[in-house]
Amino acid sequence: MAAPMLRGVSPVRRWSLAWVDGGSRHRRTSPNGSTSNRIREQSSVAQQPLHTAQKPRKGGHKWAAVVGLEIHAQISSNSKLFSGSQVSFTAPPNSLVSFFDASLPGTLPVLNRRCVEAAVMTGLALNCRINKKSLFDRKHYFYADLPAGYQITQQRLPIAANGSLSYGVFVGNRWSHMATKTVRIKQIQLEQDSGKSLHDDLRSQTLIDLNRAGVGLLEVVMEPDLSCGEEAAAVVKELQLILQALGTSQANMAEGQLRVDANISVHHPGEPLGIRTEVKNLNSIRFLARAIDHEIQRQINELESGGEILNETRSFDPKLGCTVPMRDKEGKQDYRFMPEPNLPPLVLYDTASLPAGADSQQVINIDQIRDALPELPSATRKRLVQQYGMLPEHSFALLNEAGLLQFFQNVMKETRAEPKKVTSWVLNTLLGYLKHHNLAVSESPITPSALAGLLDLLDSKAISSSAAKQVFEELWKGEAKTAAQIVSEKQLELMQDQEALERLCQSMMEGHPQVVMDMKKGNPRAINKLIGLVRKATLNRADPAVIKDTLERLSS
Amino acid sequence: MAARAVWLAFRGGLGRRQAFSTKANVQGSGRITVEVIEHLERLALVDFGSREAVARLEKAVAFADRLREVDTDGVEPMESVLEDRCLYLRSDNVAEGNCAEELLQNSHRVMEEYFVAPPGNISLPKLDKQESFLHS
Repeated sequence: MAAPMLRGVSPVRRWSLAWVDGGSRHRRTSPNGSTSNRIREQSSVAQQPLHTAQKPRKGGHKWAAVVGLEIHAQISSNSKLFSGSQVSFTAPPNSLVSFFDASLPGTLPVLNRRCVEAAVMTGLALNCRINKKSLFDRKHYFYADLPAGYQITQQRLPIAANGSLSYGVFVGNRWSHMATKTVRIKQIQLEQDSGKSLHDDLRSQTLIDLNRAGVGLLEVVMEPDLSCGEEAAAVVKELQLILQALGTSQANMAEGQLRVDANISVHHPGEPLGIRTEVKNLNSIRFLARAIDHEIQRQINELESGGEILNETRSFDPKLGCTVPMRDKEGKQDYRFMPEPNLPPLVLYDTASLPAGADSQQVINIDQIRDALPELPSATRKRLVQQYGMLPEHSFALLNEAGLLQFFQNVMKETRAEPKKVTSWVLNTLLGYLKHHNLAVSESPITPSALAGLLDLLDSKAISSSAAKQVFEELWKGEAKTAAQIVSEKQLELMQDQEALERLCQSMMEGHPQVVMDMKKGNPRAINKLIGLVRKATLNRADPAVIKDTLERLSS
Repeated sequence: MAARAVWLAFRGGLGRRQAFSTKANVQGSGRITVEVIEHLERLALVDFGSREAVARLEKAVAFADRLREVDTDGVEPMESVLEDRCLYLRSDNVAEGNCAEELLQNSHRVMEEYFVAPPGNISLPKLDKQESFLHS
């Protein structure tokens, strides 16, 4: 089957009034005349007073960027949001489509309980207020992958609102100090996904696969509290970890389970916000950061050279490393929001308000869901820091790599070594090797048991740390040998015989009287030279620190 | 409530010459501007092909306007006529799908189990390019 090129094809979506431009020469009002949109878009960003246009001062004037994210996460469920067809990433085209998904007349939406639970869990995890009553609406636009001509969403009254997400960023240039920042969550809403369009440019047509049409999505709308690509990347990563910990979404960006759109504008601090552009087609966290930083720079360059920013949608081209305008055929969008007439309001309960004798299948108890929430990443990291005394940066690193935390905990279970040592070996040595060979933790040739064995030998001073590195190298080969076996095979054991070592040191000192004199004078290179000689004599089986102690003792 | 939503949408588009009056001006032409017609045609893909159609639209708006004569002070608007019903929650089981062949039969053009559609949306021609009956 020919593989037509897949291009981002969602039509332009307008997000009006949060971004009123007052500072540039060409004032742009909301592209939408529709009042109903205006009701939705009451921005929580303070409306800056419009003042008369000023020429932007060139150079010397600091720019501030404002970034807001809208994130769509596919809900991890067996069936779709409003129909009983299966949710699956790979399947023959149009095989997971029910009559409702294909929008055949006479079909009606039936809400999936699991999707509501997923939304409540996510809302609670993001510190939102869960609305006990929420409403469904229709958002109308025409596109071939939206067979009904509208998407069922929650515009007026979403299921959750007013939350926050805390995330970690590295402070300054030192990659070892982390600070915590917060981004406000405006709302979380349930909505339907559209089908997939594959552009066949050769035959000038579009191929439509509706397998994805109707899959449940959680849209997480954030306030524009971010200021650069790095912050956005950290936010998305943290949200990914939360969704994965909750099990509400697998949040795999590459598979389209997590889609991020960024709204970006620049302005001079103290002046009104600038015109924003929307950047789409961000398929990985790395691209996300690059695209945002690039767009910020593009806007600054444009404004500094006297140009203006258009309120448009841009797409990130990873090959060119820049954002390009998307084809914007429809111009201003008017979605004509209306209440979904086929769905009554969604009512949720808590333990206090639960009606007596209600069918448990038909009611959702927020308190019950709250009690059953699994441990969130922030709590896990706190526990790691408290339990093992590790630095916050390390706890972040352990959670950020899939499977690494489990690996670490398995090693801790089997070894006597100190947590600090284990942390260091897992984060520095193991992770370093994995990254270098481009392997996931699950593909590691070294098992937690093997590493635990190695660390035990190190801990009991049976081997030196340099020998340990050698053993690690051997273990990496993936042959089924334990650390102990490798040590005995390669004779890497530390010399345990203190007397033999003393005799060796003594003879070495006698053989190099000049060096000994230098050493007594306090010359550091002299002692190092002696250490080196003794080490060679012991075939590297003596711990340099012990050699040093012995030499110093003997020479005093 | 639905009629009210329709009214709000029209009000939003009508622009400058604003009549906030409760008494609707039924005498047609000029109240619904050319821009509104064009906007609606593009959004809803309906064809207001004649003066009669526009007049009928204006009459419909006037009819709905009569709702404003009702005093709704202190009355909470309904969300929908179903708002007292219980929203049924379906359990998360796979029970539908696997009918690609049947669905594809509905399509004019099909290619290897995909529906075939034109490449993207095709814009309606601009009003000045087509015969404008309102100006004729």
